[in-house]
Amino acid sequence: MEYILIFISAIFVNNIVLSQFLGICPFLGVSKKVETAKGMGLAVTFVLVIATIVTYLLQIWVLNPFNLQYLQTIVFILVIAGLVQMVEIVLKKLSPSLYQALGVFLPLITTNCCILGVAILVANGTYNGQGLEPSLLTGVIFALATALGFALSLIVFAGLREQLSLIRVPKGMDGMPIALVTAGLLALAFMGFSGIDKGIALFFN
Amino acid sequence: MNNWKVFFNGLVKENPTFVLLLGMCPTLGTTSSALNGMSMGLATTFVLICSNIVIALLKNLIPDKVRIPAYIVVIASFVTLLQMLMQAYLPSLYASLGLFIPLIVVNCIILGRAEAFAAKNTAIPSLFDGLGMGLGFTWALTLLGAVRELLGTGAVFGLTILPSSTNMLAFVLAPGAFIVLGYLIAIVNKIKK
Repeated sequence: MEYILIFISAIFVNNIVLSQFLGICPFLGVSKKVETAKGMGLAVTFVLVIATIVTYLLQIWVLNPFNLQYLQTIVFILVIAGLVQMVEIVLKKLSPSLYQALGVFLPLITTNCCILGVAILVANGTYNGQGLEPSLLTGVIFALATALGFALSLIVFAGLREQLSLIRVPKGMDGMPIALVTAGLLALAFMGFSGIDKGIALFFN
Repeated sequence: MNNWKVFFNGLVKENPTFVLLLGMCPTLGTTSSALNGMSMGLATTFVLICSNIVIALLKNLIPDKVRIPAYIVVIASFVTLLQMLMQAYLPSLYASLGLFIPLIVVNCIILGRAEAFAAKNTAIPSLFDGLGMGLGFTWALTLLGAVRELLGTGAVFGLTILPSSTNMLAFVLAPGAFIVLGYLIAIVNKIKK
């Protein structure tokens, strides 16, 4: 039950982009077409889950036992950068079709702050686990749910922008300003979900 | 001297927030009030100046192929330093900015300036570039935070200006960040023309 709540909370209530403001760069940058948005969403989901597992284990087995917590930021960003490269190489060998689909997006992911952000949240255990103890399993589920939330908002936003490109916009608002206002309205719509996780928790208890 | 031109370039002409549209996550995430926006801007400025100087000094020692990881290590070291300093001296501010302090590492402004400016110039112009870009980022965040705070709570820097009947809470929350930034960029676009 708690696992389902983590999903609902991370995808709708505390959406990583629209309420936590992580991963805005790809959200604004690669949301012109639904097709590319799908590719980016898939790539982020893939890397985010792997990066969370690796950084969590690193925190538990290396940083905590040796009292090196202050090196967290440096170690995590290097691990993520290396990991993205490795994923790229492995995918190229094992699954060329998936590599074709994700290829262009993978290098962009290193500077996507939602990867480092979620890795730090999970490693510190400061995410919303819906009452479950922070562990590898809840961390991975949280990461997967967050990534799906990212993909959902990215694809919905890309759909909106595709429609938006068909209409005439006042000159000063053209391009990024109108995209930001659209994102604001989307965030307003997602605010409507606030509280449903607690409602569902009450309903089942 | 040329240094002033470099300084004002970041401050106005190539403002990282309103013109280059870089570093959007902290721009939107930390500007729920003018003070938070300004603190985040100054924190980023600190890292930007330090990393620009160090990278400008080290650029001949770093092999070309591993320059991006090397830059990231330099930036991450200064972010860690900043994290420790803020935890020690400004714990309440550190708590309110939260996750966005370690995330300065992946702020594209810093890596962008390292690659575009510090890697091609000496230490002194790099210092001015970092200062200009950092302060350009800071005033943009402060302005955004001030507008959001004014519309959302009727105050600027905690100083009440508008009566509470005009408060629109949505502007302090997530949607307001996107909408206010959108309109501010539109106004800047209009002025530029």
